Amino acid sequence: METVNVMIVGVGGQGSLLASKLLGKLLTNEGYDVKVSEVHGMSQRGGSVVTYVRYGDKVYSPIVTEGEADFIVSFEKIEAARYANCLKKDGKIIVNLQSIDPMPVIIGDAAYPETVLDELKAKGLFVDGINAYELASQAGNGKSTNIVLMGRMAKYLDISYDKWIQAIKDSVKPQFVDVNVKAFEMGYNY
Amino acid sequence: MKKLMLGNEAVARGLYEAGVKIVSSYPGTPSTEITEIAATYDDIYCEWAPNEKVAAEVAFGASLRGARSACAMKHVGLNVAADPLFTLSYTGVNGGLVMIVADDPAMHSSQNEQDSRHYAIGAKVPMLEPADSMEAKEYVKEAYRISEAFDTPVLLRMCTRIAHSQSMVECAERVEKEIGDYEKNAQKFIMVPANAKKRHPFVEERMQKLTEYAEHSFVNRVEMGGNEIGIICSGTCYQYVKEVFGDSVSVLKLGMVNPLPVTAIKDFAASVEQLYVIEELDGIIENHVKSLGIDCIGKEKFSPIGEFSQATIREAFGKEMPAFVTADSAIPVRPPVMCAGCPHRGLFYTLSKNKITTLGDIGCYTLGSAAPLFAIDSTLCMGASVSGIHGFNKVGGKETEKRTVCVIGDSTFMHSGMTGLVNIAYNSTNSTVIILDNSITGMTGHQQNPTTGYNIKGDPAAAVNLEDLVRAIGIKRVRVVDPYNLKECEDVILEEIATEEPSVIISRRPCVLLKYVKANPPVKVNKDKCVGCKMCLKIGCPAVSYKDGKAVIDTSLCVGCEVCMQMCKVGAIEKGEV
Repeated sequence: METVNVMIVGVGGQGSLLASKLLGKLLTNEGYDVKVSEVHGMSQRGGSVVTYVRYGDKVYSPIVTEGEADFIVSFEKIEAARYANCLKKDGKIIVNLQSIDPMPVIIGDAAYPETVLDELKAKGLFVDGINAYELASQAGNGKSTNIVLMGRMAKYLDISYDKWIQAIKDSVKPQFVDVNVKAFEMGYNY
Repeated sequence: MKKLMLGNEAVARGLYEAGVKIVSSYPGTPSTEITEIAATYDDIYCEWAPNEKVAAEVAFGASLRGARSACAMKHVGLNVAADPLFTLSYTGVNGGLVMIVADDPAMHSSQNEQDSRHYAIGAKVPMLEPADSMEAKEYVKEAYRISEAFDTPVLLRMCTRIAHSQSMVECAERVEKEIGDYEKNAQKFIMVPANAKKRHPFVEERMQKLTEYAEHSFVNRVEMGGNEIGIICSGTCYQYVKEVFGDSVSVLKLGMVNPLPVTAIKDFAASVEQLYVIEELDGIIENHVKSLGIDCIGKEKFSPIGEFSQATIREAFGKEMPAFVTADSAIPVRPPVMCAGCPHRGLFYTLSKNKITTLGDIGCYTLGSAAPLFAIDSTLCMGASVSGIHGFNKVGGKETEKRTVCVIGDSTFMHSGMTGLVNIAYNSTNSTVIILDNSITGMTGHQQNPTTGYNIKGDPAAAVNLEDLVRAIGIKRVRVVDPYNLKECEDVILEEIATEEPSVIISRRPCVLLKYVKANPPVKVNKDKCVGCKMCLKIGCPAVSYKDGKAVIDTSLCVGCEVCMQMCKVGAIEKGEV
């Protein structure tokens, strides 16, 4: 099979490492060759962060470049737009409809482009917006935004619901399994 | 069983399987997890040393006593550990010794993008470079075999994309390596001129033998794919080449990047029509190939700057690039920022407000250089703030002394700030040194250090008392401030820079991300009182923004540090409710 490319993007501290851990676990359970490339260190401090997950029969490069991503899962609105150049023409953007002002906006040096997702849609990109933070809060913990988004992506992948649930159980501490399973369902059934 | 592992985790696993007894390191992105994860194996003694030189020398001592030992560091850490490395090359080892060095092409989290292969060449020691996690683990074990067979320290070169990428690893059992006997061997281990003169020819001979090893070792391999194009590459570049070409070109994949083979390269070059060398950073393999009289295409097509990707390869070979679209709106940049509630913020605001020249150092607090605080004038390397301010003040004189400070974190001060402070006291400038003591090594993700009172395992340990230490160095004026208290910060800083005596201000408050630090309830904006003056935005807190003419607090980020409350002149920001 062709290698599938996923990008998980957001703001440092939003939990993209857990999302990639879950995805990595799921895909190895499925028997795929998997590579995950993460960002540690400086940009974790509230900066724009990107994690690459690639899987297939044989994966070489650990990263995804322009026009290659099948999925961009974004934790924040403008982060989805920042990396839209990486999306394949028929790729899918799954985005948490949350705005987090970057420092240039906070201090008045730049404006937050509110309509940027509509622009991307107008250009023919598939953009699936979801209030993942709110859904995660309803599920019991806003920090599970990442898992709500994984639940949403699961809709588009050919991997069974049960296997996702198993991967969640394998990836989080026992006391957090219930809230994360609930968060996953929120995204999956949205 | 196969397992998805981070490159650094795989290195740690390799250390475990190789029977390594001791690992001493100083944290540094992208190398930190190697030692953190090694510390989870009870069979390996691990520690955070105060700096990389100490770490490398601990590894030397352990090797001398007969154990397999290691140290891990980022590329600039090897600059610090270069002194022991160059002479370790002469002494060789008793137990195997491996130094792991992680380069950071594209500078994801570094101050330069130096190529550590130069150290292997300069110190005349072998260097291995894996291309994925499985290789990382296997090369660690091979590095110990080489170290002991050839009597040499061995460098293992990682880079960000290998260190921080996960790929599949097949684990094996640990093979215990008993600690060998120690016998005094003056000619080998006492590097005075008479002995060192005898060891240098050994080093040269060893390089020849290692070149012979490189000709036949499994770590260097040819994958033939036609005679038209041949590519020599190593590490992450191998993955990008395979991603683009699959098996349609021939590849000489080098797992050993020093010394480089001669015959293997000549044979490979002879088997293809057009030879390319694809390597990130400097053209080291290319220069070697050209020194053999072989023509190749290298740096004229592949930049010495930044990191590569499959797109780099596609573009260089004129392949079709995938189509894509972008948004038309300008997307504001999102640089890393100090966290909401970061104790450094209040201090930097005070420095910025008073237009104080501030020599900076390496750590989270380097972020004080960014908008809107712009509070830092220089960042060079670990410890350079404290040494630098002395030189700055020596030539600037009293007027400069009265408007200049330097800032350095607790861990960085332990690493290499102390010696600079000794110089300030000894050679006397009226410098003001601010130690930003947040009780942890922050930027690399919370490692303990000699000031925190805990070791790498989280067990209680001796703690350096900073006040006692700086007094012992000869600094009489030592002040401690709470950086959440803006008035106290300002009063003390202005007093200390005005004083004609060297002084140390310890700005003390633990990192807000530490688990034991309890957040206060988020502060609130009283909309009736807020006049929209934007004073609270001047501290650059990610939790404070401005909407519809009023300040807004992001309650999901705010930890109630109340620094913004002190900024507000009309009392519009109020304490949160418990």
